[in-house]
Amino acid sequence: MDLNKKFTPETWPDNPETATFEAKNKFVGFWLFLGGETILFATLFATYLALKNKGPANLEFSTQELYELPLVFVMTMLLLTSSLTSVYAMYHLRNYNFKKMQLWLGITAFLGLGFLILEVYEFYHYVQLGFVYSNSAFSSAFYTLVGTHGFHVAIGLVWITLLIFRNAKRGLNLYNATKYYTFSLYWHFIDVVWVFIFTVVYLMGKVG
Amino acid sequence: MSSVAQKKGFGSWLWDWLTTVDHKKIGILYLLGGGFFFVLGGIEAMIIRIQLAVPNSDLISAGLFNQIITMHGTTMIFLAAMPILFGFMNAIMPLQIGARDVAFPFLNSLGLWMFIFGGLFLNISWFMGQAPDAGWTSYASLAITSEGHGVDFYAIGLQIAGGGSLIAGINFLVTIINMRAPGMTYMRMPLFTWTTFIASAMILFAFPPLTIGLFFLTFDRMFGANFFDHAMGGNTIIWEHIFWIFGHPEVYILILPAFGIFSEIFSIFSRKRLFGYTSMVFATVLIGFLGFMVWAHHMFTVGLGPTANAIFAVATMAIAVPTGVKIFNWLLTMWGGSIKVTTPMLYAIGFIPSFVMGGVTGVMQGAAPLDYQLHDTYFIVAHFHYVIVGGTVLGILAATHLYWPKMFGTMLNETLGKVTFWFFFIGFHMTFLIQHWLGFWGMPRRVFTYMDGQGWNSANLISSVGAVFMAIGVIVLLYNIIMTSVKNVPVANDPWGDGRTLEWAIQSPPLYYNFTQTPLVRGLDSVWIEKQEGNESGITPAVPVQDIHMPHGSIIPIFMTLGMFIAGFGAMFREETSWGLPLLVFGLAWTFVCMAIRSLKDDLGYYVPKEEILEDMKRERGRK
Amino acid sequence: MAEIEIYKKSPAEFDLGQRRARRSMRSQVIMFSLMIFLTLTSFMIVTASNAEVIGFSKYYVIPVIMLFAAVQVGLQLYYFMHMQEKGHGIAAMFMFTGALLAFLIVLTFVTIVWWN
Repeated sequence: MDLNKKFTPETWPDNPETATFEAKNKFVGFWLFLGGETILFATLFATYLALKNKGPANLEFSTQELYELPLVFVMTMLLLTSSLTSVYAMYHLRNYNFKKMQLWLGITAFLGLGFLILEVYEFYHYVQLGFVYSNSAFSSAFYTLVGTHGFHVAIGLVWITLLIFRNAKRGLNLYNATKYYTFSLYWHFIDVVWVFIFTVVYLMGKVG
Repeated sequence: MSSVAQKKGFGSWLWDWLTTVDHKKIGILYLLGGGFFFVLGGIEAMIIRIQLAVPNSDLISAGLFNQIITMHGTTMIFLAAMPILFGFMNAIMPLQIGARDVAFPFLNSLGLWMFIFGGLFLNISWFMGQAPDAGWTSYASLAITSEGHGVDFYAIGLQIAGGGSLIAGINFLVTIINMRAPGMTYMRMPLFTWTTFIASAMILFAFPPLTIGLFFLTFDRMFGANFFDHAMGGNTIIWEHIFWIFGHPEVYILILPAFGIFSEIFSIFSRKRLFGYTSMVFATVLIGFLGFMVWAHHMFTVGLGPTANAIFAVATMAIAVPTGVKIFNWLLTMWGGSIKVTTPMLYAIGFIPSFVMGGVTGVMQGAAPLDYQLHDTYFIVAHFHYVIVGGTVLGILAATHLYWPKMFGTMLNETLGKVTFWFFFIGFHMTFLIQHWLGFWGMPRRVFTYMDGQGWNSANLISSVGAVFMAIGVIVLLYNIIMTSVKNVPVANDPWGDGRTLEWAIQSPPLYYNFTQTPLVRGLDSVWIEKQEGNESGITPAVPVQDIHMPHGSIIPIFMTLGMFIAGFGAMFREETSWGLPLLVFGLAWTFVCMAIRSLKDDLGYYVPKEEILEDMKRERGRK
Repeated sequence: MAEIEIYKKSPAEFDLGQRRARRSMRSQVIMFSLMIFLTLTSFMIVTASNAEVIGFSKYYVIPVIMLFAAVQVGLQLYYFMHMQEKGHGIAAMFMFTGALLAFLIVLTFVTIVWWN
């Protein structure tokens, strides 16, 4: 396929993300990967639920006292909004509007970065309190679950930054359309996981 | 790149193999790697049997014995059985569905090298003072207190190899979903393709828990986490659950492809359509599904409570139903068929009673109260060797003989093949049948020796003699492989004469782009149908001869895996050495840089021109 | 990368496509506001429960926030990840199988890990 071939909005296919044979493979493969990730996070959630508030005899931390909902709420809003901006980006991908797509993806990345900074701050804050990784089974499970999610966000940020800069000059084609689309799937999946994290970890932790 | 034999130097030959993304070559590499580890695991097994042949043996120490049994189990399952099956899946499955390659050739190569480097990482432990010694299950309480770096090698090595398996699984799934030839509906897929599909789906869902479990173990041992340390609020049972949530599907991942191979063999050598194809497919899916619902039957004696034990006992026994369906279908495929007893068929016929015996003892253990008696005795050892050796290994040996001509273009010697079978088959039953009784008589598993006068002496000796028979069988097979490779007599498309599926309608070994024209599939056993209707070539093309799009090779997978390999050592020696942490960071950064290069560099593949294909077709006609 | 056929849409087709895309985008925004609403409600009822407002016992709050989470995930999958469009059968099958097994794993770990 000639990457220099320029499309117009009229010739751009309806579903550019699955227009070529390779793209179809990537599309299905990435969905399957997300199916596997579901189990990966389920194992982490299950372990967290089994180990929350568990520690040595004199454990001084509990979900109720540790977590701070306002911070979590701001983080949730950032990530949820970044999900919407990524939907906007995909809207423009399908409309063959490269500039607007890049813009929305840039906004997505910034919101994601904001989320990540808040999460680092949150972890830093807990460590200051003495809630370090090796403090208890509870702390290990908490940091591993939320940290794995944070790691996914970080990977997503690197991914989208590379995509934005790599393709900035050459615009959309059917080769990179799939890459953008799978990134967006990945980003929504991160949001799905976060929905469960704020519900199961933070909100349920506060309720008791 | 051309199939025309070219004069090439050793360097370019090696480069070709290291960078290959051709599914047939990757299949051969899987077979080589898996075969190497199979021999290694076999040697470990021989040492175990020599040690246990007589009471009060002091050939090897208790500690070394623990390392050997751990490495025997781990090697055989992760580094021998799975990769060899992956080898056959890679080499054969795309041919069966009429595809030119797998869906993700680059990832295919990455999965291969992750397996090889993960396996090397595990086995380097032998030279670094200590091998893993907490059993192939590495139960947490034991594993987190095991001294030295043995269990670290286990956790990191399996992490790397397991990642490779996950990649391979996704790759096979997408290949089967997206790349079937025109007319190849799901219900026309050969059984080996079906079992590959289900086994891959199980890999997709079973390996993530293993990844997490191994991370927990790594963090507990190396980074101060407390998942399994009860004094810190952890829970050692969590490891058992996670391990068996992975581990039970894993045994079905091993057996299902073997079922597929045997289904092909029964059908080919009975010269009959597979009996009850639809119910075969349904049974495969059902086994795959139920395989996820039964993991706690490995933990009956943990004390999960009668309710949990009862649920898992019933679910376990339910699996016997679809398995029984399969057994009867195989028997009825042979019924009234015109049977040719070739080496693969011999293995298939030997497989049925062997596997049924393993299955029946499995149901016995599924009864939770009886399991309290049998737990941790030699009965368990006998049972799982009956299913894994009697099922998977017989399947692998059968497939080796069946697909050797398709993969290498030359036929293994049939007489030597039958010699191998008889040595291996008799040796196998001699080794493991008697172990059921050893279990009843109370001999616990994983003991490095036993006292005289408990009535176990002669049974253990018989078992060890059986192991020697199996070893002779494998040596004959190796001799056979060397001799046929030296002679290298080329064979035709369908050397068995009764091939039914697409792989038997193309050259042995196939051209690097497999099919000159994508075939049109008109039913189950499409080549058989075509031949019945007088089409000698066995294939009706679906498209005219045209340019073929193929992927480029790449060296990046090896380098990417090398980064993980380096990072593994870094993580392990992070605390006791100053270079550990920098090495860990360097290794991970290396891997990420490789990933970024792969992502940023466009790889659009290339076209095989139509002229070259026409040339190949002309030469093929000339050969006939 | 295999060649694909280029098809130029007629103006009418193009307009229809644009209208459909806009309509779908509008429904995405509506779903987004619904998600924000669910999130807000979840945080609010948990805050109410913490403040010991009468009626907000944890036996009521936990099922409700779990339900809201499930609805949100459904919206993400079907709208944001376009799973309601055709050609997503395989994706849905594997995601649902994954979800079922995920549920089983979590169920086990909250019931029989600490058995005594």
